[in-house]
Amino acid sequence: MTAAVFFGCTFIAFGPAIALFLFTIAREPLRVIFLIAGAFFWLVSLLLSSLVWFISVQISNKDSAAQQKGLLIFGVVLSVLLQETFRFAYYKLLKKANEGLLALSQEETMPISIRQLALRYMSGLGFGFMSGAFSVVNILADSVGPGTVGIHGDSQHYFLSSAFMTMAIILLHMFWGVVFFDACEKQRWWAVAAVVISHLLVSCLTFQNPDYVASLIPTYVILFLMGVWAFYSAGGSLRNLKLCLTCKDKDFLLANHRSR
Amino acid sequence: IGDFFLGHIAQPYPDYASESPFSFIWCASCNSVEKKIYVHLNYTVPCVRLLNATHQIGCQSSLSGDVGVLHVLESEENLDWVLSSGPNPPYMVILESSLFTRSVMMKLKNGSSRVAGIVVVAPNTNPVEGFSPHTSCPNENTGVYSESYDPTLAHCNVTVWNPLGNGLSYEEYDFPIFSLKDDNDTQVIRQCYLNHNQAVNGSSPRYPLCAMQLYSHMSAVTDTATCMRRNDINFSISPEMVCDPLGDFNVWASTRPLNNTEKGHKMWEKVVIAAARLDSRSFFFDVAPGAESGASGFITLLAAAHALRNVTQEAQPNRTIFYTFFQGETFDYIGSSRMVYDMENNQFTVDLDNVHSVLEIGQVGLHGESRLWLHSDPVSRRNSSVNEEVRKLIENLQSAAAGLGFTVGEAGFSQPLPPSSFQRFLRARQIPGVVIENHQLNFTNRYYESMYDNAEYLNVSYPPNLTPEEQLKFVTDTAKVILLLTVFKCVTYCVSQVSQMLYGFLVRSNNSWFQQLIPSDLTSHLSKLILNYTSSEPTLLVQYLLANLTGSAINITQENCQNQREDENDKESKHVRHETREGFCVRSTVRLSRAVSPAFELRDYTSKDYSTWTESRWKSIKGRIFLVASHELEMLTLGVGVGVLLASLLLTYIISSKADILFSSGREPT
Repeated sequence: MTAAVFFGCTFIAFGPAIALFLFTIAREPLRVIFLIAGAFFWLVSLLLSSLVWFISVQISNKDSAAQQKGLLIFGVVLSVLLQETFRFAYYKLLKKANEGLLALSQEETMPISIRQLALRYMSGLGFGFMSGAFSVVNILADSVGPGTVGIHGDSQHYFLSSAFMTMAIILLHMFWGVVFFDACEKQRWWAVAAVVISHLLVSCLTFQNPDYVASLIPTYVILFLMGVWAFYSAGGSLRNLKLCLTCKDKDFLLANHRSR
Repeated sequence: IGDFFLGHIAQPYPDYASESPFSFIWCASCNSVEKKIYVHLNYTVPCVRLLNATHQIGCQSSLSGDVGVLHVLESEENLDWVLSSGPNPPYMVILESSLFTRSVMMKLKNGSSRVAGIVVVAPNTNPVEGFSPHTSCPNENTGVYSESYDPTLAHCNVTVWNPLGNGLSYEEYDFPIFSLKDDNDTQVIRQCYLNHNQAVNGSSPRYPLCAMQLYSHMSAVTDTATCMRRNDINFSISPEMVCDPLGDFNVWASTRPLNNTEKGHKMWEKVVIAAARLDSRSFFFDVAPGAESGASGFITLLAAAHALRNVTQEAQPNRTIFYTFFQGETFDYIGSSRMVYDMENNQFTVDLDNVHSVLEIGQVGLHGESRLWLHSDPVSRRNSSVNEEVRKLIENLQSAAAGLGFTVGEAGFSQPLPPSSFQRFLRARQIPGVVIENHQLNFTNRYYESMYDNAEYLNVSYPPNLTPEEQLKFVTDTAKVILLLTVFKCVTYCVSQVSQMLYGFLVRSNNSWFQQLIPSDLTSHLSKLILNYTSSEPTLLVQYLLANLTGSAINITQENCQNQREDENDKESKHVRHETREGFCVRSTVRLSRAVSPAFELRDYTSKDYSTWTESRWKSIKGRIFLVASHELEMLTLGVGVGVLLASLLLTYIISSKADILFSSGREPT
């Protein structure tokens, strides 16, 4: 639509991710590396799922709309399952590298271990960055031009809703990363299954488009719920939250100070 | 017939920045988001910028295209919406051809801050009342009638040749003007306008509105001297040309072979020049059917050349006939001025002393009446010897025509010559000559130099449901009429040849007859315009046609055919090759002579004597339609985005600074 819409949608889609990157990751090179590794794993899962989809489309009947729709649903489900599989693979990789990481960290920096929140949420954020990029970059590229969607009857809120959806997906990936790694550490497989199911649910909600209300609102509800779950599994509690909010944290710190 | 411009050649240099090869590899149709937004226009014909010594004319768009909200103009009063009261300027105005008049265009030109561009919908039938965007006095400064020659005849004081001319082609517009055919694409545009842009009950239409973007950025500006100077700037490895001089080739042939390597005066040679004009133009680029203004004349001359072939081979006339087809006459007589210049400077096969007289065939399309007029120049006829020659010429023509059943009248003695190539010869030398036209006073051509001067105007019509092949063979009435004008008897097959010529030049040039005549490596050019700096399509067609009609086929191999050309000075041999059948070698006296204005040879870009027309170059010409959202919605989106970014920055800062507290209960001591 113009530069205004381009920047607006970019900030909406990547705002939280950029903020997280700037304040928590950018200062430490090791964290950046983990972020990019996570992004790479997501990329590989996408490559595999797109390969399968491409082949299946080629051998399918291109004229039958019902078959194409079925193929699309199949593609989405397959992609979600592959992404979660690669998340698990990334977890396994990091676990194996744990000893190496400990050795690395004895020199100067703070120890990084898989139990650290930072590690868990960085892998999730890496997935989220890459997923968001693939979702929204081509839409952003077209939003720079003078036109908006609609001449063939589509809704003109296409850019805005795509940006909001992308923001939700990035944050969701981050929360899923935290919950997933925590559940794998503690061998709680039902939690892993819940993550997979919620991912499937969110992806299938996008089939409601162009009814953007029906797809965005449930997605944000799930985002909120996953956020709460991730907060708890990362070690937060209602008591901590109250302490922070009422600014009694300084006393708490003095009382429970531990060196790092 | 096709446009004269070297401009097709200008079309050319792709913009390497915008058309990177990667976008092609990516996938031309994969971008479905773009398909949701834009509908590209398929057939776009722009108006382009031309420059001469003092002015620039034509249209210009901004570098990134001009965007405007669509508005279909209903009447001239509706212009008020576009120019003052409409709430969403700038507007892209869609004009039906009935509103494409001088008053509407001038008002739009004056209100150009609110006008983003104009789209003219070309109708399927010609407007009845006539339309001519050319000036009312064509080529008034480069003809022979000037203050020094005869002030009373200068500047069309006696006869305004083109009274319907409204001069639109020679105005300057700073917005793009395109022409669209009245077909399904245009219907999509109208439908978009009706769905989104119509004002309901006087209130302003609500967003999103239907809009159009047109790209036709022209590189050249100001005048010819400026753009030629800029052409010469050589800073980078690939210097960018901004304009090209209009130029092409004249086609000429003689009944008696003349030694072409010896230029200048030929002793004892007296030549009668039979001239016709090849080119025409219209308001829009590359649309120049020129049926009556050009085609009627040169097709007649081609038919005459063919009819004379047998006669002149048996008994050579004592004066050689020079069939000459000039290119570029619309733009201040480029072709004829160049030929006269070459003759004066001994650069041509003959010179002006060899020229005995000139007979020019002008606009000779007959519409019902069968009467032709012979025009001559009153000033040169004050000389008695010239007058005597002209009188003899007129008498000959009249007696020849009498036997064929139509009358040839003499136009008034005090009347000047109409715009014709002969005027350039008169500028150099007082030569006797006559111009044959179908009008006595002003033009009867109601569509002079416009896109409506087409086959329909000449009544070149075919019964419906004929295939192109059948249309080629169908003998139209127009052909029969044209044939009458060749004042020699001709066997019946001549009629079909004229008919085929009319078909080829006015309806479709990619037909089987032309394909037989043109060498196969050039036949691909019949379907599109040529970009290889040699000659444009009509020149090529006329050259090969004339060779075929006046020359003789000889039975030698292709290599010998090429060699022959170098051996003989007086004739040229051309080998016509084909993929499917054996080619043949034709030997004829047809040659090309360069038709670029002498001003460019002399590098005098502000010349008043010669044509200084150049055409600008451009990168891309395209258009597309889409919906635009309101400015408020765009700003709202930006505001929401900035808000989300700031809020998330704040929240993240707070959380990360308090992270120890917030996530403490799950931490284990390290």
